[in-house]
Amino acid sequence: MPLLQIRGMRVEFPSRRGSVTAVRDVNFELESGEILGIVGESGAGKSTIANAILGLLEPPGIMSRGEVLLDGECIDGLPIELMRKIRGKRIGMIFQDPLTSLNPLQTIEEQLVETIKIHLQFGESEAQKHAISMLEQVGIPDPDIRIKHYPHQFSGGMRQRVVIALSLCANPEVILADEPTTALDVSIQAQILDLMRRLVRETGVGMIIITHDMGVISEICDRVMVMYRGDVVETGPTRKILGNPDHPYTRSLISAVPRADRRMDRFPLVEYIEAAGTPHKPIDVQDHWLGKARNFGGSKNEFLVSVKDLEMRFTTVRSMFKSRRRYLKAVDRVSFDIRPGEVLGLVGESGSGKSTVARLICGIYKPYAGQVVFDGTDLTSLGSRRQINIYRRQMQMIFQDPFSSLNARMRVADIVAEPIRFHRLASSNKEVLAIVDDLLDHVGLGAAAGKKFPHEFSGGQRQRISIARALATRPRFLICDEPTSALDVSIQAQILNLLKDLQEELQLTMLFISHDLPVIRQVCDRVAVMRDGKLVEEAKTEDLFNKPQNEYTAHLLKLMPRLHSHGAK
Amino acid sequence: MRDFLQRFFGGDLWWSFRSSPMVIVAAITTFVMIFSSAFANIVAPYDIFDLTQFNLMDSLKPPVWMERGEVGFLLGTDDQGRDVLSTILYGSRISLLVGFFSVISAMVLGIIIGLIAGYSGGWVDAVLMRIADVQLSFPAILIALLVNGIISGLLPGEAQADLAIYVLIVAISLSFWVQYARTVRSSTMVERTKEYVQAAQVIGLPQPLILLRHILPNVMGPVLVIATIQLALAIITEATLSFLGVGVPPTSPSLGTLIRIGNDYLFSGEWWITVFPGLALVILVLAVNILGDWLRDALNPKLR
Repeated sequence: MPLLQIRGMRVEFPSRRGSVTAVRDVNFELESGEILGIVGESGAGKSTIANAILGLLEPPGIMSRGEVLLDGECIDGLPIELMRKIRGKRIGMIFQDPLTSLNPLQTIEEQLVETIKIHLQFGESEAQKHAISMLEQVGIPDPDIRIKHYPHQFSGGMRQRVVIALSLCANPEVILADEPTTALDVSIQAQILDLMRRLVRETGVGMIIITHDMGVISEICDRVMVMYRGDVVETGPTRKILGNPDHPYTRSLISAVPRADRRMDRFPLVEYIEAAGTPHKPIDVQDHWLGKARNFGGSKNEFLVSVKDLEMRFTTVRSMFKSRRRYLKAVDRVSFDIRPGEVLGLVGESGSGKSTVARLICGIYKPYAGQVVFDGTDLTSLGSRRQINIYRRQMQMIFQDPFSSLNARMRVADIVAEPIRFHRLASSNKEVLAIVDDLLDHVGLGAAAGKKFPHEFSGGQRQRISIARALATRPRFLICDEPTSALDVSIQAQILNLLKDLQEELQLTMLFISHDLPVIRQVCDRVAVMRDGKLVEEAKTEDLFNKPQNEYTAHLLKLMPRLHSHGAK
Repeated sequence: MRDFLQRFFGGDLWWSFRSSPMVIVAAITTFVMIFSSAFANIVAPYDIFDLTQFNLMDSLKPPVWMERGEVGFLLGTDDQGRDVLSTILYGSRISLLVGFFSVISAMVLGIIIGLIAGYSGGWVDAVLMRIADVQLSFPAILIALLVNGIISGLLPGEAQADLAIYVLIVAISLSFWVQYARTVRSSTMVERTKEYVQAAQVIGLPQPLILLRHILPNVMGPVLVIATIQLALAIITEATLSFLGVGVPPTSPSLGTLIRIGNDYLFSGEWWITVFPGLALVILVLAVNILGDWLRDALNPKLR
């Protein structure tokens, strides 16, 4: 008998305007000691399945059909009291963000011991011993000391280990992990996935991993279930699904994952999903507005942007006295050059200082020391606002989070028009609006988009608005700070293609920041690797991927999920 | 002008106004109260400033529907024989003037200080917020008394009675700005780190423009809520100050003074002197509150 069995599950969210079906006719089984992956893009209904199993659907959601069998007993529709005993005791949970799934005001010990006492009816000292052995099991060094610490004293990866210990401490039969490694760096992700696989093998629990990341699936899962808009499109062994998928959606989803092993001209689009709005219209720089007034004087200088010994400190301890102040060196003597028309990739894990470098270049932060040279002019030496604005106009930035990078209170047309109006790049308001419509058209949104507000758009569409706004100053240099890390793979492919097209047509110079090595390989001409605020290696993309010189680079490359090594060839 | 009107009536704001009956009722109520108090000399049955129009013999008459009530005095009369309805109409003049203008000036002052403190941080923030803290540790009445005392001392005697109302407005707004400043500061600190603000910096917008165009609209929600609550508080504070003898003279009554005077007669059974001005105040505050809540939601594009 399977450990967990879902039969004909259907979840609906009734509302005033009819009922929305989030999940349709889902059937699957989970054996003990098995890891099942549920993969799909945002809105596919993956998390809804997990919530339905636990009886934690957000109101007004209901499971209108089907049943959930745990060890042969039906557990859906149980009274709340009984369900509470199953959650945590028989079904454990691991959530996405280790920062918010632990109580910051309690030590790890309090949280573990409380859970153990509730579910296993252990005494205080017995529970404590069990808690320490759990921490040891998930690979936390010196568990008897660390157990007294608060969550903020652990790093992200360590915290996720604590969350895993917490979910395992009541010896559950099934563990549901919802995007367990999405918030973590690649190197930490690899460790956590290893740990999870080891624990499943050792303890024989059944695990369901919900993720949008094909890489995670290929690393850890025995079987995969692919979901698309509430439907299960395909279920099967990982090798089969990744290597030889039957369904066209699975096929296009896999092809949209940027390849790490070789460079391609364009990202294959996920055709199964709807076309990306209006297709991108090519821009002819000669007669287009974006090409006008580009009298930047050709390439006088060999490098368009040069960063010399850049340093940035953040104050961690404030004090009246200089000697008592403590600083964090976020950027430590970083130097690099970017040639006109080149795309430089900046790679590093979170906290390596790559975003700080971007903000130093475009003037959001003031450097503590060092120079930012743009087209032969040292920007850090410029005094007046007017002088700086001349250069500000020539460099623009695209931000990571499409939800906070647009002012929610402004219409899209006003957002895109703001830089044009401010820098007086058009003679009349009519002209401004015509340019805005044209820009929105070029990024594939259609001119009607201008009348709407940002919240009416999806993440990918918002990122297109961001790109249109960045282009509105007619920049020569574009900084992209993780432009696609908040997006689904299919949308990521569209946005990256758009950026590539624009880069070629407008001969833009770009600084492309990402933690995602396969994306970097597809987009960049040269790559610089950062670690702890320092630049550790800089090389041509192909050289770096084929023959990394630095140990850390090699380490990062090794951890890169290699989805395409599974069959397919 | 026609173009503007057309855009206004075709716009989202007008549409959301029209689709909510409660907001329409609130708007009409507010309008009627403002209108009738502004034109009290036409609307009111008696002129309470004209001594020939009232008679001590008429004092303490109950409302018209009660025994001993007279048709001439719809809501009864007070201890001096003045018609309660007329005193309410004349009285709301001062209350509304003081209420609206002190709230608006406190709001403007508080928002500016809050935006600057929240956006610049560092010692600017520290200094401004310590001033706010000091002020917060005194009761609002005390600060109003102090400001009132200083300003009255500086003014020549004959000007005092005429300017009393403006002194009140300054005094009340100087004691009310702290709440706006603190609220705006904390919201500004949250908004400041968001990427849309950084995007505006990269475009090159100067700081005042970023504050006004980008941050201000995003921090206005809680401000409008405080403003509608503080309108009632300002009217009450004006009453208290007038009661303490530092506000408007007793010969020109406001809603607050009416309520206070009426309080003395509550236990002897003449409830109408205090209840009707009180009701007028409650209705006004409720209507303005509803309008304020609607405006907050209508200005938020996410809720449309």
